[in-house]
Amino acid sequence: MGNKQTIFTPEQLDAYQDCTFFTRKEILRLFYRYRDLAPQLVPLDYTDKPDVTLPYELIGSMPELKDNPFRQRIAEVFSEDGDGNMTLDDFLDMFSVLSEMAPRDLKAYYAFKIYDFNNDDYICKSDLEKTVNKLTRNELTPEEVSLVCEKVIYEADVDNDGKLSLEDFQHMIVRAPDFLSTFHIRI
Amino acid sequence: LIFSFQALMGKPYGSLPRKTVPRAEEASAMNFATLWDFSGFAQYSVLFYGYYNNQRTIGWLKFRMPLSYFLVGVGTIGYSFMIVIRTMARNANEEGGGDDTSFNFSWKMFTSWDYLIGNPETADNKFASITTSFKEAIVEEQESRKEENIHLTRFLRVLANFLALCTLAGSGYLIFFVVRRSQKFALEGLENYGWWERNEVNMVMSLLGMFCPTLFDVISSLENYHPRIALRWQLGRIFALFLGNLYTFIIALMDEINLKASYLLPFIIFNMHLEEEKIVKYNMTIWEASLYNGTIPENSTAPPIQVDPADVPRGPCWETMVGQEFVRLTVSDTMTTYITILIGDFLRAVFVRFFNYCWCWDLEYGFPSYSEFDISGNVLGLIFNQGMIWMGSFYAPCLPAINVFRLHTSMYLQCWAVMCCNVPQERVFKASRSNNFYMAMLLFILFLSTLPAVYTIVSIPPSFDCGPFSGKTRMFEVISETLEHDFPSWFGKVFGYASNPGLILPFILLMVLSIYYLNATSKSYKEANLELKKKLQ
Repeated sequence: MGNKQTIFTPEQLDAYQDCTFFTRKEILRLFYRYRDLAPQLVPLDYTDKPDVTLPYELIGSMPELKDNPFRQRIAEVFSEDGDGNMTLDDFLDMFSVLSEMAPRDLKAYYAFKIYDFNNDDYICKSDLEKTVNKLTRNELTPEEVSLVCEKVIYEADVDNDGKLSLEDFQHMIVRAPDFLSTFHIRI
Repeated sequence: LIFSFQALMGKPYGSLPRKTVPRAEEASAMNFATLWDFSGFAQYSVLFYGYYNNQRTIGWLKFRMPLSYFLVGVGTIGYSFMIVIRTMARNANEEGGGDDTSFNFSWKMFTSWDYLIGNPETADNKFASITTSFKEAIVEEQESRKEENIHLTRFLRVLANFLALCTLAGSGYLIFFVVRRSQKFALEGLENYGWWERNEVNMVMSLLGMFCPTLFDVISSLENYHPRIALRWQLGRIFALFLGNLYTFIIALMDEINLKASYLLPFIIFNMHLEEEKIVKYNMTIWEASLYNGTIPENSTAPPIQVDPADVPRGPCWETMVGQEFVRLTVSDTMTTYITILIGDFLRAVFVRFFNYCWCWDLEYGFPSYSEFDISGNVLGLIFNQGMIWMGSFYAPCLPAINVFRLHTSMYLQCWAVMCCNVPQERVFKASRSNNFYMAMLLFILFLSTLPAVYTIVSIPPSFDCGPFSGKTRMFEVISETLEHDFPSWFGKVFGYASNPGLILPFILLMVLSIYYLNATSKSYKEANLELKKKLQ
């Protein structure tokens, strides 16, 4: 396999390899996946760094993401504009963090941002309630939801401010046995 | 196993007296009624103990039939013990490992969704399982949080236990009363009474078995326990009910010899049987003499007379009778289960579904709503069924085969019934955590079931005319015979020394000590484990 591709300059490819956990082949493969979402929007030549953003609806319809209850939050966290519309860089970033090569602390950081629905750098009770409802598709009664959220805060809140900071969250999540295996998307 | 060997290598049906139906009974042998009753033709088939010849070897392999029968019987029981205990040990291992409950809810919330899911059906299943998991955890939490008014709870629990005891006593008295009545009927001749009176005892016992557990369920709602503990109490009470019924039944029968079904009846049958045996032996000699036209030669050198095997008078065979009773019991138990499912679950569901429109109150939420899936009843049914099989398989070798067939069919039937007529329980909890409890019950029943068989092996002489052990004074003499004839003589000597009590008692003592030591070390390991876990935090 030579350097026959004309999509990226060699410097760009090297930069991508440094910033993400992917190899050259994987980056190219991901580019084609990105392009397949909207071939008319994405040019085949990225050497001049075009400013192309795919709307959230296209991202959320990818087979890897469409069944995930948190897909909107994932797209919002990794997108530049915070609305879920992703450039190629955001796209590569997202799948890199969610791949199995990413270290635990990095994943914990991004998981925290995903579950922080109101973006105030704390997971408060309303964030927890939204999470539970997304997980159970609103099948629990409000009392049950409230009980669960109180228990979570009771268990994980170390600094006793009634909400989870990044440190509380990390302290709790790195001890979880299946965090790495569940917080993983293969593409 | 034994069944196949006998079928393959034993002499065919009809060639030996024991294997044929006596002429007197031939007339009615094929009636369905007698067939249903497992007498007649079926009695003399491979199903039962009496079929097996007492020759030492059979066929060209010189297969040692009696020895194999005995060893297979003992071996099955030993194997069952080992399996139950091994399962218990494995379950105990698993339970001990998963005890880390810090961050339980947090982990459930943040790590339960699998991001790799890409299939909508899998996603649905995952949502459902997450919801169930949350509900379970909530129930556990609520149980541990309940502020109890201790006195009220205690009072209610005492009251509930008192009611349960009353129910047990009531059912015992009822059985006693009914058995007395049936004895009275028997004295006056069974033909005067209809079907109900004849089968009164069986029917009453089955009905009690159907209604009392429901009663216990109602009582247990007073007690307000965690669902898992409530289940254990329920199981314990139902178990006590069945045992109590059984013992009352036997006691009521003790003072009169009545040949109806009972688990420990062999003693009673046996006493009568000894008398019968003597009579039959006497008759046989007379009959043989009549064949030789009146003379009773001391050394009969006359050629053996060809007699149609069906004509030879037969001695009574208590083992077969016991086996028959067990098979009858199993079959009636099967029938009861099927009918209960059909009536209790299916008809009820149909009734609720269709009559809901024209009924005063909402049938689906109110009284006879769809039946819940009854874990305790089903588990107990399985355990008792297994107990019956263990008890009966020594006397009726085909019983396990029949039971396998029955289990297959009832599994499919119950699967269908659950899918179409049951609703899950309201409070979700994992019944599978109580695995060891069920296994412990199974072990207990295994022990109880093997007691009668072991007793009969050790102390009652087998019938002289049927079964592989006939002619000996005790069944386990098969082993001593084998030792004498087949093994080299030094082996016999060694065995004789080894079975000396002076050697066995210290051995038992040694085992007890080692059990104690292993227990102590396992406790200390568990504690060390906990300490290490704390340090990791």
